[in-house]
Amino acid sequence: MKALQVERSLPRFAAARIASGWRAGAGGRLGPLRLVDTDPPALPGPGWERLSPRLSGICGSDLATVDGRSSRWFEPLVSFPFTPGHEVVADTADGRRVVVEPVLGCEARAIDPLCSACSAGRRRHCTNLTGGHIAPGLQTGYCKDTGGGWSYCFVAHTSQLHLVPEGLPDEAAVLVEPAACAIHAVLSTFPLDLGPSAENTAMERTAMERRGMERRGMERRGMERRGMGGAGKESAAVVIGAGTLGLFAIAALARWREDVTRIVAVAKYQHQRDLAGKFGATSVASPGEMRRAVRRATGSWMLDNGQLSDGVPLVIDCVGTADSLASALAVVAPGGQVVLAGMPAPAGLDLTPLWQREVHLSGSYTYGPEPAVGGRHSFDLAFELAEASRMERLVSATYPLERSAEAIEHAASAGRRGAVKVVFDMRGDPRRLSYLLAEGHTLTEKPGENPGGLSTHGKDR
Amino acid sequence: MPRPGFVLDVDRSTPPALIWHGEGFRLERLPAERSRVVYAPEPLSPLPDPDEAIRAALLAPLGDRPPLPELLRAGMRLTIAFDDLSLPLPPMRRPDNRQRVIETVLDMAAEAGVDDVVLIAALGLHRRMTETELRHALGDRVYDAFAPYGNLLQHDAEDPKGLVALGKTDLGEDVEVNRRVAESDLLVYVNINLVAMDGGHKSTTTGLMSYKSVRHHHNVRTLQHSRSLMDRPRSELHSSTWRIGRLLAKHVNVFQIETTLNNDTFPSQFSFLQKREWEWGVRDRASFLGASRGLDLLSPRARRSIFQSILAPHQMTSVQAGEVEAVHESTLANLHRQQVVDVEGQSDVVIFGLPHIGPYNVNSIMNPLLVSCLGLGYFFNMYIGKPLVRPGGVVILSHPTPWAFHPVHHPSYIDFFEEVLATTTDPAEIEKTYEERFATDDWYRHLYRTSYAFHGVHPLYMWYWGAHALEYASSTVVVGGNRRAVRRMGFRPASTLSDALEMAEDQVGRDPTITYFRCPPLMLAHVH
Repeated sequence: MKALQVERSLPRFAAARIASGWRAGAGGRLGPLRLVDTDPPALPGPGWERLSPRLSGICGSDLATVDGRSSRWFEPLVSFPFTPGHEVVADTADGRRVVVEPVLGCEARAIDPLCSACSAGRRRHCTNLTGGHIAPGLQTGYCKDTGGGWSYCFVAHTSQLHLVPEGLPDEAAVLVEPAACAIHAVLSTFPLDLGPSAENTAMERTAMERRGMERRGMERRGMERRGMGGAGKESAAVVIGAGTLGLFAIAALARWREDVTRIVAVAKYQHQRDLAGKFGATSVASPGEMRRAVRRATGSWMLDNGQLSDGVPLVIDCVGTADSLASALAVVAPGGQVVLAGMPAPAGLDLTPLWQREVHLSGSYTYGPEPAVGGRHSFDLAFELAEASRMERLVSATYPLERSAEAIEHAASAGRRGAVKVVFDMRGDPRRLSYLLAEGHTLTEKPGENPGGLSTHGKDR
Repeated sequence: MPRPGFVLDVDRSTPPALIWHGEGFRLERLPAERSRVVYAPEPLSPLPDPDEAIRAALLAPLGDRPPLPELLRAGMRLTIAFDDLSLPLPPMRRPDNRQRVIETVLDMAAEAGVDDVVLIAALGLHRRMTETELRHALGDRVYDAFAPYGNLLQHDAEDPKGLVALGKTDLGEDVEVNRRVAESDLLVYVNINLVAMDGGHKSTTTGLMSYKSVRHHHNVRTLQHSRSLMDRPRSELHSSTWRIGRLLAKHVNVFQIETTLNNDTFPSQFSFLQKREWEWGVRDRASFLGASRGLDLLSPRARRSIFQSILAPHQMTSVQAGEVEAVHESTLANLHRQQVVDVEGQSDVVIFGLPHIGPYNVNSIMNPLLVSCLGLGYFFNMYIGKPLVRPGGVVILSHPTPWAFHPVHHPSYIDFFEEVLATTTDPAEIEKTYEERFATDDWYRHLYRTSYAFHGVHPLYMWYWGAHALEYASSTVVVGGNRRAVRRMGFRPASTLSDALEMAEDQVGRDPTITYFRCPPLMLAHVH
């Protein structure tokens, strides 16, 4: 079968890094990504299934990998050669349509007993990402034994699968994973903590999780803590970036964070500005206008160097660059919270405002049960959001695997080219379901059927 | 004998017309047989002895006021308010009219033994003046006699302790005035009447009152119903200021002194700007070429610096003093004598070449909102009777319209441009949705009161100023402007005048009639 693979090749990584400095996405042609003919991955053990991807998205972390710009932090957490693709909607051999929760925790690795994080349902904090009976890999798409969505077949553990509701288009289902990430980023800071020390905050939060506190109660607590309760004062949040992640963060804030009454979106391109408004932003600013927009939203003053006297209690950075993080620190209120939702690149920046304003900087990685909404899983919430917000409109272009270089370039310049999400589309290949038949599986779909097949390959939608 | 203004019908032998374009100008050939150019009257002869004329006016006032010396007595509180730096344009060479008048008033006050004298710059919601600007307007002698002792003030429309409510007009308009003015035995107001909109009750009711009062006449309704702003009897804005001013006059003894200037606008090195093109001599042509080529080589900042340094050789043509309304009628007659040009009928298209300066960017940047205000607010309204362009016609402005703002002078303009105009350009919707927020923003208020910023609400007023034109014309095309900035305002950008005229044809049909209003020098079209 055909699959796109990333090989451990220092010259190719170096070439990708150099070329992408000239043009983002150039690593798709010169870098470590190759289209190969390979066997479908073997099932690692009981509880594993073969999946045939329908659509698989190209995400920021994939682009960083292909362009040789990923942090070296990940080196021990991946195993080569791997097939990228963790935003996937796929078919199982028995005819279910699923999306994959890609984190490869203890359960998938057959580690018993589970680590404390996995026991608590927080697979994202798993401490065994390199253990068990499969090769190291923090997620599907970074592990040589599982394959990934940029192929015609890969394997996943049953615990990773979420059934797609009937009627939800593939184009919406493929976005459930990034939507879940955004939802987690938005709910991980709920309620807003501006008062007690970080230790107390963490303890309180754990206690709340344990008690499964009602969302309403938590919300009230958050408002009281911020001195907003009953005062009628507006509380604003800023979302930096209006790509896929940013738009979902805006939508999640609008849907689940009633304590946030104003959402300021920072969007670079006109189509992003339009979408940000449609997804629930109360105002939209370009990056250069952000400080003034926040000043207006918060009634703060702008000091001589452009610094604000106050700011917003919550900033969600969906870009992850030094510039975006510096911007976040420039507009967050004293004691406020900056959530790093976008995968960051190595960055050098002035942390003085973080220190002087006692800003809480936290990362937000993947998903899990969300105590803020009664422990519902981020994926369940993402399905809800997908149905409510017509997420499918964000899929701007589809490409076959054979045109990966074009797809990568398109995704890397999505904003400039008026796109949001670029995906690989495997539905056009009539053989794709046959890869599920290996090792005695029975295909339940009628032969020749091409579920959800589209004819938009390689075209802007 | 200066020649009156006139209207030139363009034919094939007509030389290209000079069209202002911010800190620069262009020569453009207008379509023959269907274009006309309106030229301003030549500058009137100035008063031979302005100081003596001022003295005479103060001793023989108009209306029911006695001569000024009879109103002055020892122990009284005298306040002298004066127009701020928005007048005249460009700033005039020293001595400024205000200096001449105030020095004469102070001499009379000194003769009468008046000790308690305070000068107030009638800023209204404009920015505060710098020391240099105050010295220029008042002269060093006056400045040094008052400023060091705290007796030279600048009106603060946001000072809760410095304002007094005098009641409401019959139509419920709040009258809230500067406390020092309200508590004075006599207010002498010193005005420079550059355009017909200035002066009269508008001086005190705009310059010395609070936002709470000003909002009653600076709003979309009054501005849409001012046909035009330069024609007081047909201006709803002036009707409101007159009502408020009359109520003020019941509480405060106002002695108004108004002066007019001739339209001698440019110094000798730019004298070609004042002349009609076919009368340019060799020297004028050389000056034009030298100036155009030289300016092309400079950065926008350097060009701005050169133009901002221009001081006009304006000279006083009249001075009148006494009761506000009687004074203003006489002032208008003198102003009309200098500025009115008779024009027959309207055209499909009107062209305004916008210069480097307007009332709100003295020593500052002409930002896009000020371009709109100057073009659609001021130039469009420079008429008596009816506009130069027919209903549904097209307005063409020529200006670089840079996306640039003075961060100290116009902080709320930046927010208005970035946030509000990105959402809507409808003046009524803007007023309803945004005015209160901009007017009450603490930061803007702080900058207005302590720095050199226009009031937070001012950019909205700039937009309202064009409300009549926005409603009346079918579209506005800006030649040579920053495309993003032009589009942000809902206007259409054009690279050249020819392109703009082609675009206008989409609206008004083929071969439209065109009026080019060649201003400055200032003039007022009486359209029959």
